[in-house]
Amino acid sequence: MSAETLARPAARRRGGDLAERLGPLGIAAAVVIALITLAALCAPLITSHDPAVGSVIERYQSPGAEHLLGTDQSGRDLLARLLYGARTSLLGAAVVVLLAGGGATLLALVAAWFGRHVDAFLGRVLDLLFAFPNLLLAILAVAVFRTGLAQVTIALAIAYVPYSARVLRSVALRERRLAYVQAAELQGLSGAVVSLRHILPNIAPQILTGAAINFGYAMIDLAALSFLGLGVQPPTADWGLMVSQGKDSLLQGHPQQSMYAGVCIVVAVAAFSVIGERLGGRKAGGRA
Amino acid sequence: MLRFVIRRLGALAATLLISSFLIFAAMYAAPGTPESFLVQGRTVSPEVLASIRAQYGLDDPFLLRYWNWLSGVLTGDLGESLTTRQDVASLLLSRIPTTLWLTLYAAVIIVVFGVLAGAIAGLRGGAFDTAVLLGSSVGFAIPTFFAAVLLMSMFSVTLGWFPVFGAGAGFADRMAHLTLPAVALALPAAAVVARITRTAVVEERGAEHVSVALARGVPWRVVARRHIVRNAMLPVTTIVGVNIAALVAGAAVVEHAFTLDGIGAMLINSVQQKDFAVVQAIALVLVAVFGVVNLVIDVLYAVIDPRVQFGGESA
Repeated sequence: MSAETLARPAARRRGGDLAERLGPLGIAAAVVIALITLAALCAPLITSHDPAVGSVIERYQSPGAEHLLGTDQSGRDLLARLLYGARTSLLGAAVVVLLAGGGATLLALVAAWFGRHVDAFLGRVLDLLFAFPNLLLAILAVAVFRTGLAQVTIALAIAYVPYSARVLRSVALRERRLAYVQAAELQGLSGAVVSLRHILPNIAPQILTGAAINFGYAMIDLAALSFLGLGVQPPTADWGLMVSQGKDSLLQGHPQQSMYAGVCIVVAVAAFSVIGERLGGRKAGGRA
Repeated sequence: MLRFVIRRLGALAATLLISSFLIFAAMYAAPGTPESFLVQGRTVSPEVLASIRAQYGLDDPFLLRYWNWLSGVLTGDLGESLTTRQDVASLLLSRIPTTLWLTLYAAVIIVVFGVLAGAIAGLRGGAFDTAVLLGSSVGFAIPTFFAAVLLMSMFSVTLGWFPVFGAGAGFADRMAHLTLPAVALALPAAAVVARITRTAVVEERGAEHVSVALARGVPWRVVARRHIVRNAMLPVTTIVGVNIAALVAGAAVVEHAFTLDGIGAMLINSVQQKDFAVVQAIALVLVAVFGVVNLVIDVLYAVIDPRVQFGGESA
């Protein structure tokens, strides 16, 4: 075997290559996400209002100098609630994606490395998780534990693992059979070292793509759980909760709160799905 | 074919059995004891508490309780609600029609609008194609609960075309009540289906067999129908199936938003009231329906695509 076939595949160029793959729309989406993240981080600098405190006298105010986007049914500043709501919404989804991505990667590497019985066993476990719709799993977690962001976040992360694990397993398995991995194994390197140092970097693009796509789904699912009253609890600001709390105001003719928060979710989810789509070179709607 | 179906049914039964155990074990492990929900904070004498524990079999060992519950479930006895003392099976039966109609309505919208819009966009191109592309990108990002609130605001509050709440009685009234919820439920899925259909049709349109058929002088209408759309339907079937299966759980959100009395809304209420008897029954029903829908999709897929072999390991 020549040295050439043993060499690890060249690491994919970053930077310029990434911008090229994202395209103009993808870069615009990345800018939108950067802006939302920045706004969430700098919330106290942008507004001096407390998102959880309001005065009933000031309820349903129109946008003005004091309240740039007006106020909600309790007289709380809507801009402040949107900005602080971005924190909960982004953080929750980020934790789901990190946990699910980490878990799926670990399962995929273990299944690919050991193969045979281990692979078959893990496959059965994933099949069992597949039997539960995502939302149902999260709702059951709330039933067993209690309502709260942490509970639904962990439950959703578990629910997301099978999808990513299945994709990553097949990629890792392909990598496992390549000459450079077998050569490393023959040199006596341990499974953990080969998996983490050699296989992991080469399946990283698929992990990232899956994470970008899952981020949008996680935001929607977490917001839906907050909307159902099972996730983030009032008075914490959260976009899903805002759509839910704004429903009654909307029926009385004050649609602002639901609309603003809903539009924020749509924009953020669309931005993440565009990036996932571009990174994966696939069409929208695919699930990694 | 028959062997394939039987084997898949066996796998489904095994999955359901393990799921039922997991669900029961999860409810068993939940903090707080069932009798504390039964007495609801009232102070009761230890004798009463003991009789309640005996009545619900709470002192039995875990596996015995699971067995009692499971054998009840197999004979159609889902137990008794902890909060209302009603029979869970009859509670469920009274709620199922709403959810069933809602999801069927949404499924029809997904299939008709999603597939039709995607196919026309892929075949015609032009302005309609651009509109479908844009619409599907936005529609995909709209969460069902926000779609519900938007539709309610537009068509019920501002225009007054549709009723805001309730499920209605009788067929026509029920359809009127369920139109907005079904549209909200179907919207993101229809967007995904339209996008996938469009891509599949465009890819198929550029295939060699299509060029050959056109060069042979086969009329465009026939090529479009027999050569393009029929082949493009294979990936579409999978996506439509996955999305329809997902409606099973997604319906809960829409039912909650429109205060419909379906089993999804009942699940949410029971979770909030810690009525575990109802929660575990609904969870089991949803997992079963989810499994059956997925099984039907797999069989359907094999029927549509003759290349899929029933005997081999399903890929």
